[in-house]
Amino acid sequence: MTTPKSGPITGKWLDIGPVTQIEPGSARTLPVAGGEEIAVFRTMQSECYALINKCPHKQGPLSQGLVHGSVVTCPLHNWNISLKTGKALGDDEGCVPTIPMRVDAGRMLLLREAAIGGGIIAPADEVA
Amino acid sequence: MNAPASFDAQSGSGGERERLIVIGNGMAGCRAIEEVLERDPERYDIVIFGAEPRVNYNRIMLSPVLAGEKTFDEIVINGQDWYDKNTITLVSGDPVQKIDRDRKMVVSVSGHTEYYDRLLIATGSDPFIIPVPGNDLSGVVTFRDLDDVDKMLAAAEGGGNAVVIGGGLLGLEAAHGLSLRGMNVTVLHLMPTLMERQLDEAAGWLLKEELERRGQTIRIGADTQAILGKDGHVSGVQLKDGTEIEADIVVMAVGIRPSTGLASSAGLDTERGIMVDDHMVTSDPAIMAVGECVQHRGACYGLVAPLWDMCRALADHLTDQPSGYEGSVTSTKLKVSGIDLFSAGDFSGSDGSEDIVMRDASRGIYKRVVVQDNKLIGAVLYGDTADGNWYFDLLKKGEDISDIREALIFGQAFASGSTSLDPNSAVAAMSDDTEICGCNGVSKAKVVGTILGGATSLDAVRSSCKASASCGSCTGIVESLLVLTLGDDVEEGAKTMCKCTGFGHGDVRKLIVEKGLREIPQVMQELHWTTPEGCSSCRPALNYYLLCAYPGDYIDDQQSRFVNERMHANIQKDGTYSVVPRMWGGLTNPKELRAIADVVEKYDAPMVKVTGGQRLDIFGIKKDDLPAVWADLNAAGMVSGHAYGKSLRTVKTCVGSEWCRFGTQDSTGLGVKLEHMTWGSWMPHKFKIAVSGCPRNCAEATIKDFGIICVDSGYELQVGGNGGMKLRGTDLLCKVETEQQVMEHCAAFVQLYREEAYYLERTAPWIERVGLEYVQSKLFDDPDALGEYAQRFYYSQSFCQDDPWAKRADRERADLHSHIAELRPLALEPAQ
Repeated sequence: MTTPKSGPITGKWLDIGPVTQIEPGSARTLPVAGGEEIAVFRTMQSECYALINKCPHKQGPLSQGLVHGSVVTCPLHNWNISLKTGKALGDDEGCVPTIPMRVDAGRMLLLREAAIGGGIIAPADEVA
Repeated sequence: MNAPASFDAQSGSGGERERLIVIGNGMAGCRAIEEVLERDPERYDIVIFGAEPRVNYNRIMLSPVLAGEKTFDEIVINGQDWYDKNTITLVSGDPVQKIDRDRKMVVSVSGHTEYYDRLLIATGSDPFIIPVPGNDLSGVVTFRDLDDVDKMLAAAEGGGNAVVIGGGLLGLEAAHGLSLRGMNVTVLHLMPTLMERQLDEAAGWLLKEELERRGQTIRIGADTQAILGKDGHVSGVQLKDGTEIEADIVVMAVGIRPSTGLASSAGLDTERGIMVDDHMVTSDPAIMAVGECVQHRGACYGLVAPLWDMCRALADHLTDQPSGYEGSVTSTKLKVSGIDLFSAGDFSGSDGSEDIVMRDASRGIYKRVVVQDNKLIGAVLYGDTADGNWYFDLLKKGEDISDIREALIFGQAFASGSTSLDPNSAVAAMSDDTEICGCNGVSKAKVVGTILGGATSLDAVRSSCKASASCGSCTGIVESLLVLTLGDDVEEGAKTMCKCTGFGHGDVRKLIVEKGLREIPQVMQELHWTTPEGCSSCRPALNYYLLCAYPGDYIDDQQSRFVNERMHANIQKDGTYSVVPRMWGGLTNPKELRAIADVVEKYDAPMVKVTGGQRLDIFGIKKDDLPAVWADLNAAGMVSGHAYGKSLRTVKTCVGSEWCRFGTQDSTGLGVKLEHMTWGSWMPHKFKIAVSGCPRNCAEATIKDFGIICVDSGYELQVGGNGGMKLRGTDLLCKVETEQQVMEHCAAFVQLYREEAYYLERTAPWIERVGLEYVQSKLFDDPDALGEYAQRFYYSQSFCQDDPWAKRADRERADLHSHIAELRPLALEPAQ
């Protein structure tokens, strides 16, 4: 077969570099000019998630929290936030916007409109 | 080659059969044709192009071929007779290089041309080659087809060293085969967990232990820098940390990518894979695709099971009885003989999902099932996979499991058996001579007897008859027996460490040392953690306990540290950090003050504050500025003050006999010496020392963890004070005469606290819990004890007194302080 080329990077997805930039079980940040800073997480299972870098409680930088499973514990007051949905877990209530992303051939791709538009908030019925 | 004349096909309008061309002679392409023939053998004239010069074989069985457990003939699915019998034309060893959609024609590398009515693309996937220097040397192979196996077998004949890059399913199977063929195998895996896509940390750790026991070298977190060569042939692999590993062959098994090149150059829609709908039709209605090369509803598959479902939907479509494919749930088994491992579904955990974990350390078993909305959504099994298919079935059917939830983890026999589903009644049904505790050989009758004899709590049972006192795997049964025997009169036991374990902090500390547990996943397995990765409470505690138990050996797990200890600064409510350089004994000088003043101006710090610990705190530093701030402070001779750590914070002093008219001893000098001895040590919680030069106690030594009050005749040593949330004055530990004795007593007390307190327990509640007499008896009853504690502290300190700031200032872990990138929406870019 012919050598595969990497798929076309259309305008829909934004390439933010190789996944190896983030150590498993941690996060790194992506400031957005004129917008909200994004935290990009990589779990111990190497799954990647992107969230606005602000805890719904007191705006703590989630990127600096402890990652366990697909949950991050906010460094300020120990709220547990689901990386998959951005929702606060346990008895706490709140939700941080998420940015759909995928990893293709070791590159991290963010949904461009969500990254620039401040993320997507889970539908209200899911937050409750 | 028995190629049909192409002009026949061109003039085929008069023929009664449609022409179906298949690109790819692998598992997907041939399976699709089998399904079509089963439905309508007369419908199509079929031509199959294959890149490999051989008939259709079972690619997933290449691992047993490599391992010598099967021959090639045994893994052929369809021999030449199948093609002949069904009048299929096979063009093998001649890959298609171009699809011409306008003329509905494909052209092979050799120029062979075929026209189609329908075209099926089943090009599978290509191994991913990591872009490092030397990846094109001879001796660097992938693991995809029989040619690769032949190359590996040829290399293995000479013995020698093999390096497998990639510790996923494929890489581990290659490593196993090469190891059985007599090669010395090293597996390099970038991630901290082997097969991290299929396994969680706990199962990955068990697998790593087993492979190492079998003689393979497993290096996790190994990032390949380059493949080294000599005379054009591979000679070794160099890692980013500088390590070099000798290699006679390098197997690249880091992953696969859907092979989409042919499709995308023909203008078909592709993303990660070739985009198909539920009938496996691409963006061109005449062209279909199946197998690993496709992307269906956003998913690409690298396993064989989804192929069968795809091929059924495709054949239904090709024979005009459309059904539709709805995606697959996949499961994985590792084909390494003697290792039982199964995983299926989603086990990354999510909102509302619940883990049920069972661990049996003595038999090396780990089972985990994930339940959400009363349905099983994922399972990981290691050591005992007998119930794998049952779980997979429950998962695929999405059956409601609420009726069998309690017994689910024990497997099908238990969950669907005639015994009641209440675990207590299962325990009640056990005969009296059933051995409950395998470690200590305690029968059910003996446990019940102990309970009736007055042991009304788990702890009491443990101390009376030893049941559940060792590995703890029978804890659940003992608890059931307590309930069965006493009903509501069972006493609650000591508080457990967190929801992940039934053990308290004290038991965990004790068992780590007794059983020689040396890594976090090992503790979790041996002590039957009920969660796969622990939580934000137990991970930092375990990291500390291991660090304390194995100074110099244990590798600190940064992912188990709170942000402040990872960043070596204190996070503030706005996400900036505060920085406190160490001022030994509270002393400073113009050079240090000047450097601090310069930092405040240079980095625009909005506030500087004198702390209660007699030093200066610089506020409002951004995480990306931290390394530069530290470099500037280092240049003036200052190091980290560890104001952020569960560690020695400050040694507060008064001016003492050098200046003060009341001073009795050199309290300032002693404070500096104590700080030089204790700085950098990790503790269960923060630890503060103070030295007052006379009983007027200006340094407030009686509310410190370790306080010294100087008197004419020597030094009063005070312990367990706290000025925080709950005020507690110190207890007098003892009185000593010389500075040397103060130093030794301080080291011994700190070490006793380090070894025995629970994580996040200050000295005040610790002493309240164990009693001052206990501390005194530990330190003073045995005349050698004090010296031994002190020696253990000095030994531990020999690994801790590196300034963490200096390493960061030197660009170590620069990733923690920098952004990945910055995003500037186009509208905000300055106009050109």
